[in-house]
Amino acid sequence: MRRQVPLLITLVVGAVLIIAAFIPRAPFGGLGENFSLYFDIIAVFAFLLGGGNLIRIHGMRLVRGVGMAITEAKKGGGAWPLRFVIEFPFLAFGGLKDRRGRDWFFSLITLLGFFAMLAAGLLKLGNPKGWQGNVTTPGAMFQEFYDSMFNPLQATMYALLAFFVASASYRAFRAKSVEATILLVTAFIILLGRTPAGAYVTAWMPESLSFLTIPNLANWVMAIPNLAGQRAIIIGIALGVIAMSLRVIIGIERTYLGSDEK
Amino acid sequence: MWMEHPGWVLFGTWVAALFTLGIATFLYKDNPVYKFCEAVFVGISAGYWFVSYFWQTLLPKLGYPFYAGVKTMFVGPAEWGWLVLLIPGTLGVMMLLRLVPKAGWIARWPLAFIVGYTAGLRLITFLQSNAMTQLQNSVQPVVRYDASGQFLGWESFNILLVTVGTFAGLFYFFFSQEHKGVFGRVARVGTWFLMITFGAAFGYTVMGRMSLLIGRLDFLLADWLHLIR
Repeated sequence: MRRQVPLLITLVVGAVLIIAAFIPRAPFGGLGENFSLYFDIIAVFAFLLGGGNLIRIHGMRLVRGVGMAITEAKKGGGAWPLRFVIEFPFLAFGGLKDRRGRDWFFSLITLLGFFAMLAAGLLKLGNPKGWQGNVTTPGAMFQEFYDSMFNPLQATMYALLAFFVASASYRAFRAKSVEATILLVTAFIILLGRTPAGAYVTAWMPESLSFLTIPNLANWVMAIPNLAGQRAIIIGIALGVIAMSLRVIIGIERTYLGSDEK
Repeated sequence: MWMEHPGWVLFGTWVAALFTLGIATFLYKDNPVYKFCEAVFVGISAGYWFVSYFWQTLLPKLGYPFYAGVKTMFVGPAEWGWLVLLIPGTLGVMMLLRLVPKAGWIARWPLAFIVGYTAGLRLITFLQSNAMTQLQNSVQPVVRYDASGQFLGWESFNILLVTVGTFAGLFYFFFSQEHKGVFGRVARVGTWFLMITFGAAFGYTVMGRMSLLIGRLDFLLADWLHLIR
């Protein structure tokens, strides 16, 4: 029952969508559209589940960490709340011996950030037009949180990768083999070809050799050999996805159900 | 509104600048300032997506139609079409039961729906738009002539290169046969084309990250410190 029903659901839903592609008439066409709507709605619940899980995990970590921090503060004797305040930097920033209790302060920050966003977004706190207004209008607190916190944090996180990519390429980009050399040269051509430096470096070339300028070389690499590799990868992925989808639909692949036999 | 007050705008700029610098401290090493910013990011982003999906999908596709349907039961000619919404609604609630340890197995039902839907949809879309279309584009005449019947050498060479590269790349993906002999040599040529693709992807990734970095530096130097215009 616990495994057979999900397998049946997968089979029916997957089969209906495949049949709907070949017979786009009632009832299959309509069912396919309905399933699309159901999928969107269930996917939102998956996000709600993610939020609930975040509260559960960080809430537990916070309660456990604060408990350990209070126990630690009590060890010193005297008024423990006072010791808790005095030793706060030590207790909050990884000073606890037990690893499970560390980082409770950051869990608190995570939860505060999460609830602040929910308050601004769901309760529309700080919204210029109150309940009737959209949370993404300029001046709304939700939008301010997005502009002042979410956006800079996300952009900087990704921007940091520029340093790590540069560091990794310095270590990895050594022309040790034909393959590594091809990768190195291609990346070099693309990087130079898509910046003004590439045009500047090869600007001296005569018109008859213009196809050898780095921007033109970059265009050719993108349009011809890169296209061949892309096609091979896309076709390879497509064949893999088709095979895996069939395995899932007919019930050979069951790992998504978990491993317990309850 | 107080959020549009210049003081608040300035405060927002400072917050954004300090968070930018806080994340950048990771370049030195993992530290409490970075962890603080990371924790804020995790909480804020989870909340952001939660709220976005709530207003953009859950209410328009489930909440409002459901409410309108129930309303017809009391104030108008009763409609029954909304009842189908009970199916995704119930499956959604079953998904949330994952948070209850003893009832967690019930979440397999909506999960099975998601997996079945994704498998069915992907099978068709990948077959149509990826496998078939790409193969169709790859199987083309490699000898090209213009309208006057003159042989187009460069164009023919390029198409030949794309065709050879595509099929050699596909040879590499046949893992069921050992890459030896002629098969191995063709697969090796395939890896060269794959390396070109990876090199191009790497170049674009670096440029994308660099442009993000330039964006953050521009924000710090122009919007925050007003050192450049």
